Amino acid sequence: MTDQSATPFLDIQGLKTHFPVEKGIFFRKTVATVKAVDGVDLQLRQGEILGLVGESGCGKSTLGRTMLQLLEPTEGSVKLEGRELVGLSGSELRAARKDFQMIFQDPYASLNPRMTVYDTLAEAILAHKSVHKSKLPEKVAELMNKVGLSPRFIKKYPHEFSGGQRQRIAIARALAVEPKFLVADEAVSALDVSIQAQIINLLANLSREMNLTLIFISHDLSVVKHIADRIAVMYLGRIVEFGPAETLFDDPLHPYTRALVSAVPVPDPDRERERQRILLPGDPPSPLNPPKGCTFHPRCPYAVEACKASFPAWSHQGNRQVACIRLDALD
Amino acid sequence: MPLLTVNDLRTYFHTRAGVVRAVDGVSFSVDKGETLGIVGESGSGKSVACYSLMGLIPKPPGRIESGTADFDGMDLLKMSERELNRVRGRRVSMIFQDPMTSLNPFLRVEDQLIEPLLLHGLADKQTARRKALEMMEQVGIQGAASRIRMYPHEFSGGMRQRVMIAMALITEPDLLIADEPTTALDVTVQAQILELIKTMQQRMHMAVIFISHDLGVVAGFCDRVNVMYAGRIVESGLTQSIYYHPSHPYNEALQRSIPALQPKGHELFTIEGQPPDLTKPLDGCSFAARCAHVGDLCRRGNPLLKEMKDGHSTACVRVQEGGLELK
Repeated sequence: MTDQSATPFLDIQGLKTHFPVEKGIFFRKTVATVKAVDGVDLQLRQGEILGLVGESGCGKSTLGRTMLQLLEPTEGSVKLEGRELVGLSGSELRAARKDFQMIFQDPYASLNPRMTVYDTLAEAILAHKSVHKSKLPEKVAELMNKVGLSPRFIKKYPHEFSGGQRQRIAIARALAVEPKFLVADEAVSALDVSIQAQIINLLANLSREMNLTLIFISHDLSVVKHIADRIAVMYLGRIVEFGPAETLFDDPLHPYTRALVSAVPVPDPDRERERQRILLPGDPPSPLNPPKGCTFHPRCPYAVEACKASFPAWSHQGNRQVACIRLDALD
Repeated sequence: MPLLTVNDLRTYFHTRAGVVRAVDGVSFSVDKGETLGIVGESGSGKSVACYSLMGLIPKPPGRIESGTADFDGMDLLKMSERELNRVRGRRVSMIFQDPMTSLNPFLRVEDQLIEPLLLHGLADKQTARRKALEMMEQVGIQGAASRIRMYPHEFSGGMRQRVMIAMALITEPDLLIADEPTTALDVTVQAQILELIKTMQQRMHMAVIFISHDLGVVAGFCDRVNVMYAGRIVESGLTQSIYYHPSHPYNEALQRSIPALQPKGHELFTIEGQPPDLTKPLDGCSFAARCAHVGDLCRRGNPLLKEMKDGHSTACVRVQEGGLELK
């Protein structure tokens, strides 16, 4: 997947994250390998929002974590503004983390229950910046305002907040270091619809105001369609389709994307009843022993013998990229 | 005559922090063979209402303060544990969100499948085994004959949910209560499971109460919908009219905050504030504090559901008086 622009903001090449499965107590032997991320190329522009979708176990979270070097990649490179992140030493990485942050699904698990909002945010500010102590309260209040929390809650603990407010604290903490790049891993999945909408608006606005590049990982396609500029669809450790959010949704090309989009329930009774669903047989296979060739072929209604041979090369379809050799046969 | 009629159900939890009025005066009915959706956000009382019917509320701290639930001439809320055991799993079955926690990890799938038949004395072991195998095939488990001897952990999430459905339906119940049955599943698997429940429902002519927070799933799946907020039903009606002609501000706001229905790039509509604290006494409409159309009337009394037309009811006093038109 290549972009025409000179130096992409984020440039990922051939990224692989494999986890060995070991057996034995004294003589540990690697008996198998889980190929969670298995060869991902991705380029992003500054300030864009990428939606990363796929079903559980497809490797979308592992990909997000590997990008930010929370997991060590097995192979490949991740460049942020031309700077290689893979292989940085501990202190170099620590310094580089000022530029990229992560938000997780469960804000209650990612906030320290014994720290007040002030402590949490002040710690994040101090970790990367020399702000004078006297300026801290002002800085914390500014952050809270930015995410729509009233600064009068400054002395409260995480348990005193609702789920949506906690997610705002987690976002404020991520913003404390003024990052350029943010990965939100299922950041709204645990929230109710009405609260979810608040957080989506917040993230979209922040991205626009601060020219923040955002990777929004989610299994909920309708949320992703709303927030993302472009979408990457993952299946078993690889990206199978990549393109602008709306075209990808309205006219999916890859057979997997087609099935995925058709399975998303629409909150409209008439449309929902008329809709033709593509029911895929079986479950997503395990990344432990992924099928040879195109990983989707065992569930694909259009699969032919050639699909079992090798993972399909990327083909450009307008402003989209698809990994499927059977595109001509579809429709 | 409806299969199940619930009248003025109140389930409160007596906790140290106060009395939580989780379900506060809920009335609804389900006809034979129909699918009733109950939607609402977390804490709205949709699950507690259904658990109350099945006698699954932990007492204490829970207590059913009032109400009747007439199921085929019997009041489910007044029954002893023994009497309930003759109804539960036989005439009324339930499936849950997380199949791993509701299947026994130590028992083979076969033993769990035949249990309801044996407990209710509906079949001897041999017939039960044969029926279990049939059921496994009906819910679409490939290679049922060998997989039936496996343990739950050897199945994937979608397959476990199929096993749970097989177990719930093996006694051919009249009513199935499905509590968020597809929430933990991926969309493509969710589509398979919804299709399966629908097929089984038609085959057995059973009624389904479908509890969900997902308005998308409910739109395609249910005949009628109850919208719950803060322990009360605020709107009830046919699925189409609930979605196309919302007549309670909460329902309307909820519909407007779903990303799928909004044009891209626009701000999503949001409902300000939080649901009320159910331990505090509430005067007037439970949604008043967050409602964009709130009036003086809304802060007094206890608004009741009132039918407006064709079985479409709302608890909004302003809509009832004709002073408010939504959408």
